[in-house]
Amino acid sequence: MPLGRGERGGRLVGDTLRHAWTIARKDLLLEFRTRTAVLSAVVFTALVLTVFNFGRDPTAVATIDLAPSILWVTFSFAAILALNRAFQLELENEALEGLLVSPISRTSLYLGKLVANLMFVAVVECVALPLFVLFFDVPIWPVLAPLVAVIALATVGFVAVGTLFSAMVIRTRFAELMLPVLLLPFFIPPLTGAVQATARLLDGRPLSEAAGWLRLLAAYDVAFLVLATLLFPHTVDE
Amino acid sequence: MLRADGLRHAFGHVMALDDISFSLAPGRTLVIFGPNGAGKTTLLKVLAGLIRPQAGCATVAGGRGAIGWIGHQSHLYGHLTVTENLLFWAALYDVPAERRRARAAEVMRRLAIADQADRRVWALSRGLAQRAAIAKALMHDPQVLLLDEPFTGLDLAAAGEVRALLAQLRGAGRVVVLATHNIDEGIELATDVAFQRRGRFVHFAPRGAHESAEIAEAYRRAVGAGGAGGTAGG
Repeated sequence: MPLGRGERGGRLVGDTLRHAWTIARKDLLLEFRTRTAVLSAVVFTALVLTVFNFGRDPTAVATIDLAPSILWVTFSFAAILALNRAFQLELENEALEGLLVSPISRTSLYLGKLVANLMFVAVVECVALPLFVLFFDVPIWPVLAPLVAVIALATVGFVAVGTLFSAMVIRTRFAELMLPVLLLPFFIPPLTGAVQATARLLDGRPLSEAAGWLRLLAAYDVAFLVLATLLFPHTVDE
Repeated sequence: MLRADGLRHAFGHVMALDDISFSLAPGRTLVIFGPNGAGKTTLLKVLAGLIRPQAGCATVAGGRGAIGWIGHQSHLYGHLTVTENLLFWAALYDVPAERRRARAAEVMRRLAIADQADRRVWALSRGLAQRAAIAKALMHDPQVLLLDEPFTGLDLAAAGEVRALLAQLRGAGRVVVLATHNIDEGIELATDVAFQRRGRFVHFAPRGAHESAEIAEAYRRAVGAGGAGGTAGG
């Protein structure tokens, strides 16, 4: 019996999500085996925070004023490091070619990579946040829940765009250099929103004062998730 | 089952496919011979849907899910075991979850790599990795097999086993398209033979009762001595 339009749509969405999870799970297993991306991003994060810690003059500018920028610069660069590897592991034995021949949709591939990248970046952020508190003695515990919400909102935007660009540059020369060059301009809106919202939270002001910035982050996430999903097939097809 | 109509594709000024048309019914095996740069890989990539041709179209009954593709590389992840790789690809091709392990065991047994099941792919020799790549392509029991130089890296015994396996698949009604520059490879499998040169099929015909030596001679004449060097294919 032929399927109705609703059933076909439901099956399509189900297949897309199932294939996406298969890809994400494979990426996570590979990362678990090799630990190359997460480990290098975590070490990088610790080094950046150390450099910031020793490179600032606490008598000139109050730590609380600098801390949000330091936190988000660190997160951004660590995210770029993690994003660089997203499609690089598909170059091994030209696995990307195999993925493109397979019957999965390009959307599944994008979503799978997105989920895996979100998990990598989340792990790096989970390590970076305590280090940040340790180095800068910033009182995050009273605002931990809203701060995590801000981090999550900004990270989704970063990673949505980053996953798209990481696919775009993978076949170019100097892909590792190209990715930050292309990506950083797109990071400016979420970075601005995240820094402003974090500054208000760390300053002890109510979350409602950061509502505008949170809306910007949410709008950025929605816009770039949709755009990246639509554009992704054009970046991987020859 | 497999049809190509007026395929044309160029990379800059280099014509990779020039008006290529053919169709293959179930049980046919087309072996495409051509020198390096003749456009064989481009043709296979167009048939697999990896490259959209600038003109013409290629259709495979059953779409991408019906294709088993073996390219120049294995498409396997070095840090996963052979079994993990096969299960991953089986999931992408929608092989039912409860059948994946049994299917993986079956294809590994057919390719004589069952004892390599739990080894990571990076630890395999070139020949074993190539067998694992063929196993990966067979996991979803494809109706159409596209093979680009599939015997590369295989020793004589392994190449013979793969040829026997391909003959079985042909007997089971699968369509096989095999591209190679080496006329000694795969000729006995062919039901149809094509010679490709500068993107064109300069010869396309059923093999009939022609012997390998006759085909090799015809290939040399059609492609020219320069293109047919080396092991008759160059």
